[in-house]
Amino acid sequence: MVNDNMKKLIVAPAPHAHSGDSVRRNMLLVILALLPAYVVSVIEFGVGALITAAISVCACVLTEWLISRFLLKEQRQTIGDLSAVLTGLLLAFNLPSSLDWWIVLIGAVVAIGVGKMTFGGLGQNPFNPALVGRVFLLISFPAQMTTWPVPQGFNTSYLDAETGATPLYYLKHIAKTGDTSFVDQLPALKDAFLGVMGGSLGEVCALALIIGGLFLICCRVITWHIPVSIIATVALFAWIGTPAGMEAGQYVAYELLSGGLMLGAFFMATDYVTSPMSAWGKIIFGIGIGFIMMVIRTWGAYPEGMSFAILIMNACVPLLNKIRPQRFGEPKKK
Amino acid sequence: MSNGLKVLTNGILKENPTFVLVLGMCPTLATTTSAINGMSMGLATMFVLICSNVVISLLKNLIPDKVRIPAFIVVIATFVTMVQLLMQAYLPAIYDVLGLFIPLIVVNCIVLGRAEAFAAKNSVGLSALDGIGMGLGFTLALTLLGAVRELLGTGACFGFHLFPDNYGALVFVLAPGAFIALAYLMVIINKLQNK
Repeated sequence: MVNDNMKKLIVAPAPHAHSGDSVRRNMLLVILALLPAYVVSVIEFGVGALITAAISVCACVLTEWLISRFLLKEQRQTIGDLSAVLTGLLLAFNLPSSLDWWIVLIGAVVAIGVGKMTFGGLGQNPFNPALVGRVFLLISFPAQMTTWPVPQGFNTSYLDAETGATPLYYLKHIAKTGDTSFVDQLPALKDAFLGVMGGSLGEVCALALIIGGLFLICCRVITWHIPVSIIATVALFAWIGTPAGMEAGQYVAYELLSGGLMLGAFFMATDYVTSPMSAWGKIIFGIGIGFIMMVIRTWGAYPEGMSFAILIMNACVPLLNKIRPQRFGEPKKK
Repeated sequence: MSNGLKVLTNGILKENPTFVLVLGMCPTLATTTSAINGMSMGLATMFVLICSNVVISLLKNLIPDKVRIPAFIVVIATFVTMVQLLMQAYLPAIYDVLGLFIPLIVVNCIVLGRAEAFAAKNSVGLSALDGIGMGLGFTLALTLLGAVRELLGTGACFGFHLFPDNYGALVFVLAPGAFIALAYLMVIINKLQNK
């Protein structure tokens, strides 16, 4: 799908065949990869998941259009590249499905307005817009943002969901107090893998997210470096820091399967604009995210630190981009 | 007196200490959790600024050039101590909220900056006007920032509730909100001034 933007890029002489790659195609593939996880969350959280995602996506697209049409007075609109749709979907994935509609709306406006358009639109934003929106909401409305609905089959009511604690809450309690009586409260590992547990709209089903992530790696939309280094770092940290009274393997599995880890590792951290370009840069980026996240999960005030960890490492990306391959013929630096 | 008027308005608009010179960011970001706090901080700074500008302008020919900064600091610290003791005595509620930031006016860039850049070179009358202008500019900026943060964060303005505070975005009362609100206010003010 070649849009106007891409036509302008073709300036080289000699016969070339365009691969058909474009921003729009990449965004579309990521949205496709998110669909399995979305289907699972609709099955588990019901109408709430549909409404939250719809509000978030519509508000993101509308905000981008309004800003570029009336504030920037751009001639050509950018909403056609689907990046705002993806931001909206990712934001919804990071919210509890029973969140009030006006909070979702504020999050979407902040994600696009503050996180993206302020810095100059797609390609200029130093931080992942969806995470800017989520963290803004998490700090602003801590009570509503940490009220997680429990999955109870297809729920037809939007706001009246039964709520409960997430596995991360229990894990943190166990790690902090050494009180192992909570181990029984954790969902079975099989349920955690399939996503039958409380949490944000799109983060619960590790299986669907891994399928989506592998699909993106196979389509060469993302590379393996960032997800693998994040997951490996988290596994290592959890293995070393296993609290007394829990088996190391069990603890590592719960840390990997709960919270926003899989969603963050495959879909949020790998955002082109806000991740490093070189392979080693990506690996350091992933290690940093895994480490900061586990520090927040283990000792921090919040139960989950994935979004903070990604935003903190986003800020390091300009530095990590100094890691570059050697130019051909350039003498080796000592 | 057209020159005097220019000096007076200079601090409020063209060289507003917060939005244009970007001086004194520490009290600006830390004390503007509500409109009334921002205004109190601005007024305290304004008092120090006017007094120190006048005294330094009077003493400018007596102070040797090499030790001028310590001499300025002594003058400023004198007035800051006065403000601190007066607020502690008569406005204990505001004094408790502002706390450490009152003694920190001593090292406020605006106060020292105006002493160095203006009062040490100009007459007493102009220095006093400069102190008033800069002080007003700072007070207005802090009040505006405080009002915006209070309104967005708690739904109130000067303590009057415009909407229930559970609709307020708590982040604006916290540190990140200070940076976000200040940045957008700067954008708007620059846009309006460049018209």
